[in-house]
Parts: sequence; structure tokens; C-alpha cells
Amino acid sequence: MIGASGTNHPVSRPTPGQTIGPFYGYALPYEGGPDLVPKGHPDAIRLHGVVLDGAGAPVPDALLEIWQADRTGDVPRKAGSLHRDGHTFTGWGRASTNNVGEYSFTTVMPGAPFIAMTVFARGLMNRLFTRVYLPGAADPFLLSLPPDRRETLVAEKDAGGLRFDVTLQGDRETVFITYPGHS
Amino acid sequence: MEQKSRTHTAVRPNVVVVTEAVRASSDAAATTQAEIGAEIAAIAATRTGEETQPRLDYAPYRSSILRHPTKSPYQADPEAVELFAPVFGPQDVDPLEADLTIQHLGEPIGERIVVTGRVTDGDGKPVANQLVEIWQANSAGRYLHQRDQHPAPLDPNFTGVGRCLTGPDGTYRFTTIKPGPYPWRNHVNAWRPAHIHFSLFGSEFTQRMVTQMYFPGDPLFGLDPIYQSIVDPAARDRLVATYDHDVTLPEVATGYRWDIVLTGGHRTWSESA
Ligand SMILES: [Fe+2]
Repeated sequence: MIGASGTNHPVSRPTPGQTIGPFYGYALPYEGGPDLVPKGHPDAIRLHGVVLDGAGAPVPDALLEIWQADRTGDVPRKAGSLHRDGHTFTGWGRASTNNVGEYSFTTVMPGAPFIAMTVFARGLMNRLFTRVYLPGAADPFLLSLPPDRRETLVAEKDAGGLRFDVTLQGDRETVFITYPGHS
Repeated sequence: MEQKSRTHTAVRPNVVVVTEAVRASSDAAATTQAEIGAEIAAIAATRTGEETQPRLDYAPYRSSILRHPTKSPYQADPEAVELFAPVFGPQDVDPLEADLTIQHLGEPIGERIVVTGRVTDGDGKPVANQLVEIWQANSAGRYLHQRDQHPAPLDPNFTGVGRCLTGPDGTYRFTTIKPGPYPWRNHVNAWRPAHIHFSLFGSEFTQRMVTQMYFPGDPLFGLDPIYQSIVDPAARDRLVATYDHDVTLPEVATGYRWDIVLTGGHRTWSESA
């Protein structure tokens, strides 16, 4: 709530967010959205998981976006995420959950501790931000979390790459992140 | 739950299924607008100061009940990728995608409108060359989406999806059709005010947002739990476009202006702190 403190007021008040609603499915997802690299790429890994609600039920109408560094840790500054050309790594992807709440990205292991993630869903009033930490990664933010919450941000290594579940509510609730100036 | 109601389905073959689905669905189907209105008013009364975003925990929108986090978020200083945004360019978006009235052989039915405005960050800096995506119902209030079963006509000449890149000063501009209000199944006789969904990127990952733009003077504002989930009236007013005669094109389209302010950028944030 820095904006309310008086000293750091933005010039203008932010436009509020709203739920993505039930009908984004024919507008936002697109062919190739989940594939930051082609599935056959020699460095390709799969980042996948399930989105769950407070009753442990899968959320079939969620949309996830990821944004990440390349394998060397550089932040990509290249265009071309909507029309994938098959060789440019742009660092950004978008995936819908399927009818059992599963999502799947094809990407590379970043040369950085985490992949940034945004979560949207019908019934979720505003987007949520989180981080997908690589197994074994540590940074001051992750270490500042209570251990039982910390593990919700750490992906699990599996045969194809990384598994990361998003739990919107409840005991296993994922740690969601705000940034200074957000309220 | 949030599938649209179909009250005029008597002649449709699947009416039995739909009716049972309504009966089987929870209290939502039996809740009246007056009851939802009382919940909205009770929550509004809990506001003690300025709020700039919707409440995540907002039970009048029934689908939010199991989908809002109950634990406090943790504040992080944005790092590395979070201080940058994905880049989109001309290879991603064709300029023609900003005109939703020319995507088919014929012209869509409805009131043709121009919607334009600027995307800036909280410090007033334009967000240039960035992707804006929109989607909306047609003039009869129907989406071209298989889950939308509202018995209003589809328009073979209207898809309702558009994209553009902002200009150097942050300006976006779409030509489209004014969407109709539509019913949904949050409660009995629930209707959404007419709106256009907007998806926006900033110059940092932290500024990513999805929202909805409304039209001035909509009589459904007070009744809609999604609009009212922004409990501060000053904040929800910021989602309402302004009619602007300078945007109106003679004999072509009426014009609306809607400026979008993203949360402040953090690279500039630390400089100004
Ligand atoms: Fe909508």
C-alpha cells in the first residue's frame, strides 16, 4: 500500500483489474502459445501441473502465462511470441488448463532461480502473480517464507522436466506475490 | 455455474437437460437479485478508505468463493525478468486485427463504434509498442464461444476478437460493434452490463492485467457483482469509457475514449522513491 502512504503516490490511480470471465477461450489462447521452444528442441523441457480450487477440484477454465530468462540467464528482448518462428526464444508463453485442470508448457530450463507466472481464471476477480522456483534454487525472497509455504513455490523435477501445481485456496495454497505499489 | 441462463428454451430439444442442471445447481440458481444486492451493500459498507482493485474474496460473485486465496500475499521486490515485459512486434499483430468489423465477408449487425485511449503507467509514461487484446459479445449479447448458450443470435459477420499494438504515445484504437448486455447464472435474472474485455501488458511483468471496459450510464451497474467487486466507487468509475464526439467519425461510428493506467513501474519507482 505504498500508494496510500502519501509519499510515493503515483501520478494517476491505476485502472482496476477484473476477472477474465468464462469466455476468453476463443480469444486469448492460440496455436503455439504454450510452446516457447518446439517440442523437439534438444533443450526442451516440459513445465506442467494442475490448477486446483479450495475444494481440491481442478479448475478447467484457468489461463496461465510464464515469462522467463533463457538458458544463460539473459532476459529475452525479442518479439514473436504470437507467431512462433520455430527458432526465436522470446521467453513468454500462454497456456489454458484442460477439462481436468492440467496445463503444459514446452520451454527451456532458465539460467535463473525462477520463472515468473501469472494466473487468471473465471471466478478469480483479478490476476495473481507467483514464481516457479527451480528445484534446489534459493534466493532471499524464497528463504524469507515459512518452510511449509515455501515448498508451494518450488517445482518438482520429473521425467520430462518440471511439475508445478497452482492451488488457489486452502492448506496447500500457493504463495502469491504482490509488488511494491500494488494494493 | 456461470453458464448463461436460458429462459426461452421451451422449443429447444435439450431443454430438459438444461432445466435439471439449473435445479441441481446450488443456491446460486435460487438466489434473488435483491439478496445479491443486500450482500453487495453489506460488503460496500465495510470499506474504510481508498481501494484501487477488486476484492478477491467477493462472495456475491459465486464462482469466486472457492477460487480466491485466503492467505495474505507476500510482497517481493521485482527482480530480473519481473522488471521487463515480453516484447511483441509487427510479426505478431496485423494492423487489420484492430478492426473487428472487417473480419468476415459481410458487415456485422449493430452500432459501430471506435474505442480508443492511451495506456500509461502510474507515472504517466506511455506504454509504447505493447500488445492490447480485446474480446466481447456481439450486439445481441452473444459470444462466439461454445460455452455461451444464451439464446440470442450469433452474427456470422462478427467474431468479437481484436488485437493491436500501442503507438509511441501509448495509444490503442479499435473499431468494433457495441456489445449487448447478457444474462448469466450467478443468481436469478442476473445480467452483465455491456462490456469489452481488455488484456494489457506494461513495460514490466508486474504490470500485467486483464480488465473490462464499460459504457457510460449502464442501468445494470448497481446490480452486477463483477463490477461491484471493486467496492470503491472512484475506482470502478475508472472502468467506464467516456463518449467523445471528437472520436466519433461522421456517418461511420460513434466514439468512446478510455484511458488505461497500469500500476507504477519499479525501475522508475525506485528513482522517485
Ligand atoms: Fe463478458
